[in-house]
Formats: sequence, C-alpha cells, structure tokens
Amino acid sequence: MNGNSAPLVEIEGLSKHFQVADGQTLKAVNDLTLGIYKGETLGVVGESGCGKSTAGRTILRLYEPTAGTVTFNGQNIYKMGGSKLKAMRRQMQMVFQDPYASLNPRWSVENIIAEPLDLHNLAGSRKERRMKVESLLERVGLQSSHADRYPHEFSGGQRQRIGIARSLAVDPQFIVCDEPISALDVSIQAQIVNLLKELQRSEGFTYMFIAHDLAMVKHISDRVAVMYLGKLVELAESADLYADAKHPYTQALLSSIPVPDPDIEARKERIVLKGDIPSPINPPSGCPFRTRCPAATERCAAEMPQLREVKPGHLAACHYA
Amino acid sequence: MNDNDTVLSVKELQVAFRTRSGEVQGVRNVTFDLKKGEALAIVGESGSGKSVTAQSIMRLIPSPPGMVKGGTIQFNGQNILKKSEKEMEAIRGKEMGMIFQDPMTSLNPTMTIGRQITEVLIKHQNMDKKQARLRAIEMLRLVGLPSPDQRFSQYPHEFSGGMRQRAMIAIALACDPTLLIADEPTTALDVTIQAQILELMKDLQERLGTSIILITHDLGIVADMCDRVIVMYAGKVVEEGTKDEIFKNPKHPYTRGLLRSLPRLDQPKDEPLIPIDGTPPNMANPPIGCAFCDRCDFAMKICTEVDSKMITHSETHASRCWLHHSSYREE
Repeated sequence: MNGNSAPLVEIEGLSKHFQVADGQTLKAVNDLTLGIYKGETLGVVGESGCGKSTAGRTILRLYEPTAGTVTFNGQNIYKMGGSKLKAMRRQMQMVFQDPYASLNPRWSVENIIAEPLDLHNLAGSRKERRMKVESLLERVGLQSSHADRYPHEFSGGQRQRIGIARSLAVDPQFIVCDEPISALDVSIQAQIVNLLKELQRSEGFTYMFIAHDLAMVKHISDRVAVMYLGKLVELAESADLYADAKHPYTQALLSSIPVPDPDIEARKERIVLKGDIPSPINPPSGCPFRTRCPAATERCAAEMPQLREVKPGHLAACHYA
Repeated sequence: MNDNDTVLSVKELQVAFRTRSGEVQGVRNVTFDLKKGEALAIVGESGSGKSVTAQSIMRLIPSPPGMVKGGTIQFNGQNILKKSEKEMEAIRGKEMGMIFQDPMTSLNPTMTIGRQITEVLIKHQNMDKKQARLRAIEMLRLVGLPSPDQRFSQYPHEFSGGMRQRAMIAIALACDPTLLIADEPTTALDVTIQAQILELMKDLQERLGTSIILITHDLGIVADMCDRVIVMYAGKVVEEGTKDEIFKNPKHPYTRGLLRSLPRLDQPKDEPLIPIDGTPPNMANPPIGCAFCDRCDFAMKICTEVDSKMITHSETHASRCWLHHSSYREE
C-alpha cells in the first residue's frame, strides 16, 4: 500500500529502555523501524510486556527515546522544542485504555474536553469554547447537554466517547489508540470501533491501534504489526497476515484465539505454546521467541533474525519464514 | 432428566444488594440445572448477574450489602442456602472448587504455594503433612508446573500470571470436587497463556469428570469449552441451550445481537460491525417489562409492560422473549 508516498509517521531504529532495580535494563522497545501512512490504520498486537504500549507512547514523545528517531510530516519530533513541539503535539493525540481512570472525576465534561483547547489557545471566548465542546460531543454520538455532567454519570462506553472527543478537540492528524475497547463490554466495543472508523472516513485520521484482541484488530486495521519482547516480528497487510502468517509466533497467536463458532473450534488444531513469556530484563540470546518456538534451531540462539521481506509487502523476522 | 445425574439445581434464585440509591436487584429468579461431568457457560455483560449467581452458589455474597431474597440451591442433594457458615466451610474447597479471575489477589502472598495446597488437604481429607505434601506435588505436576518439587516451596510472587492460575487450579481440584466454578479464569491472562489454561481445564475435566460452571464474557471460550450455555441479561436468564443451539440458532434478540457484534477472523473487512445500541438498564430501578426492550429492534408494546416467561424451543433450548410466544408469533 502507498508504495511511493512517504509515510506520515516514520519510525527508525526506535528503542526505549528503562533502568530498573540493581542497575539492570528493561528493553521495552528494541530497534523498531516502521512507517505509518496517511489515512491508514496500523494495528499493533502482542502480549503483555511486548512493548506495544511503550512504543505508542514513545512515538508520541510521552517518553523520551533511548535511541532512534520518529519523523512526523518530515520532521524529527525528538529534535523539536518550545512552540514547535507544542504545535506538533496538536497533530498527535492519544486515546487511553481505561475510560474510568483517564477522565478527571471532579471536572465537568465541558472542562475535560476543553482542556486541550485551552492549552493550545484554540477557544477565543467562553461562548466559542462551549460551542466547540458541544459540536465535539455530537460528533462522538453524545448530546450537547452532556457537557455539564460529570464522568461518574456516564457508562464505560460513553466515557470512552468523551475521551475520543477530547483527543479530537485539537484537530489532530494522527491518533494512537491504546487498547481503547479492552475495558468495555462486548456489545459496546462494536459501537466504539464503528465510531473510530466513521471518524476516520470523514476526517481522514491516521490511527495506530494497539490491542490484544486479534479479531478486532483484523477488523479495524489495514496493516498489522506483531511485537514480541520489544521486537517487531511480523508486519503485513491485515488480510494477508491472518491468512498467511509467516512467523511461528504469529501463527501460534492466531491459533490461540477462541473463535465464537463451535464448528471451527471443534476442527481447529490449536498450537499451544509451552512456557511463559521470558522477562524483557533478561531476554534470550538471538531470536527472542526461540525459547517457546516449536521450530527453533541452534542458529536461532546464535543469531538474531533480521526483519526481511518474505513476500511483497510482508515482513517477518524469522530465519525460516 | 435423571435426578441422579443432577449435581446442582438452582431454582428461582433472587439476590439483591442494598445501596445508597436503593435496593439493586443483582439476580432475578434464576433457574438452571447442572449435570454430572457437564461444562456450563454463563455469559453476559458486566452487571448481568453472572458472577453474583456463582458467588451465591459458593455462599460468598458479602452480606451486608448483599442478601439472598429467595430461591433454593440444591447441591449434591443438600440445600446450600440453609447451611451454616461452618457447614459451608466443609463444602467449599472439598466438594466445590473455585477459580477466580485474578490469581494474584486470590492467593495468599505470605504463604508458600505448597502450604496453600496442603492446608486444604489436611483440613478436608484428614491427611498428615507428609501425605499432603506428596499429593500437593502430584497436583502441581498434574496442572503442568515444571519442577513441582521446587515450586512447592515458592511464594506466589515468584510465579508468573499463568503459573499462578495453574496453582489456583491445583488448589481448587486438590480434593476432587464434584463442581468447579471458574469465574473469568483467563481474563487476566495473555492469549497464548489462556490457550494453555483452557487446554488444561478441558483435559482435567475429561480425566476427572468434574462438572464445570464457567463464567465468561468471551463467546470464543464458550464455543471451545462448554456443552451448554446460559445467557444472562439484567439479572435474568434470557436464553438457555446447548452450545450448537445458542451459536447456530440463537433466539433472543440480545443473544443474536451479541453474536452479531463480534468481529470474526473469517469476516471480510470493511463490513461494519453491528453493535447493540444503548446501554443496559439501571438495576436499582429495573424496567417492569423486558429489560432489553430499550435496546431491542423488535420491541412491541407488551415488552414494556410485562416480561415474557421462558419459552421452550426444544428439550434443551428456551428463551425469554415475546416474539416466540405462540400468540405473538408472526407465522
């Protein structure tokens, strides 16, 4: 997709390491290189500790990187400062996982949604501020009268709509959605996903959609990146990834998802991985997945597989893919 | 149905909670049976009463604010609701095993895993310390923990999430219970670890013949694990059937909506999901009629006035909806 145009967000060699107790280093994200194109939804999947949320936050410069660059619209965001950085922050927004924890319970919905407007001086008068908030509420499927209420008066799905309205307030181009539906009930999840897709259609947003629900990620994403222990292990167009996964980890991940269809479940040969995810403080040598991989060889312990194109538009980091 | 086969029989169970905004009806007249060796799923959204139903069976409803307002629960021929706390202690852990969602908060962090298993065995099976230790190590091996001898003397914080849940299962099954209640046992786990735990539960059920009540919101797990399904909404059972009946021929508009709102791996992209609009009702003031009618595309006048009875479609399949009532059926 978009083979010739430059990506909107270009991530190169991005690493984020944290210092933990005893002078050890936790390599949350390790040498991530990836482009996100304008108007697309890039899904990022992986299990807890794989670095997907850290990647999302570092890409928005909520964390300072250990190494690497993120170029947004042609400019390195880590080199910016002052007013330029502030202007860039308007372009990149985030929707958080927990709609119960990410809204200030003592603020009215109007103040919650208008906070980014105030920070960026986007509302001239009180009246304009109120009007903007009301129109944002309507855009996410709430009512303008909700502006005077407080978060506790809303259900989880409605709160997530408020969180989305807040991220839309500054007219961003790129939105990182970090598990935006994981805390919601099944019947409500589809409402939020449809809302995100409608907004993308009408406003041309670019999304990075982080989640562990692979069926939902497939549904919403154009391309999907799979991470394991801080490394990108596979990247492909969504339909291709699900139909023809090349990395043994992706294959196991896909086969692990229970499908709500008894016939498929009865037929399915599930690949059950042995053991637990190793600690990112002390990852295995070579390929990070080799300790659980059914096809691992000596080469996997000695040599870290590089991400390479295994078929057009489909990258995998496995010696044997 | 042969009565000897029935392990558990819940009839007209009603549970309420006293809150500042009035009495909240958590469970409203729930009735179901569970047979020996059967795996029954209870599905529903948060607040639908599925966990409260399970907690009532274990008599773990915190009281106050909770109280069982009516109904009976027959378990192995005894009415659970009439038992004293002391009698319940003899039943819990021995005849009923439980697994909770969060293995970190349900294990005691100050006791070794080994002691947490042997405690159960010494209390319920009158084993001495040595016997209990052997049996505990055997259980740890059975649930697939590597080097169980070492694991026996470790503490919960030394275990990963998946290993803790395995240890919980070992404790729950140590005394060979007739009934295992698993309340969202894999919700806190990653998918590859979830696959391990589900595989383990299926395997143990086959080998030990335990009856299982699995509470979950994940219909994929239901399709994988269970024989029969109960769908709850706003404290009531709205549909009940075998796995095939529920997935292939769902009757209640809520069940149908739930299945339709799930994205599927084999579904073409760009087909919008079909959500169920609206939100569940406030249970402090539940609607007089059908609790789902505000969100239902087929709601009729009668739905807002009176709730339907369970209407039978087959020996095993029933749903609570006026659409299927003979006098309202279109055909």
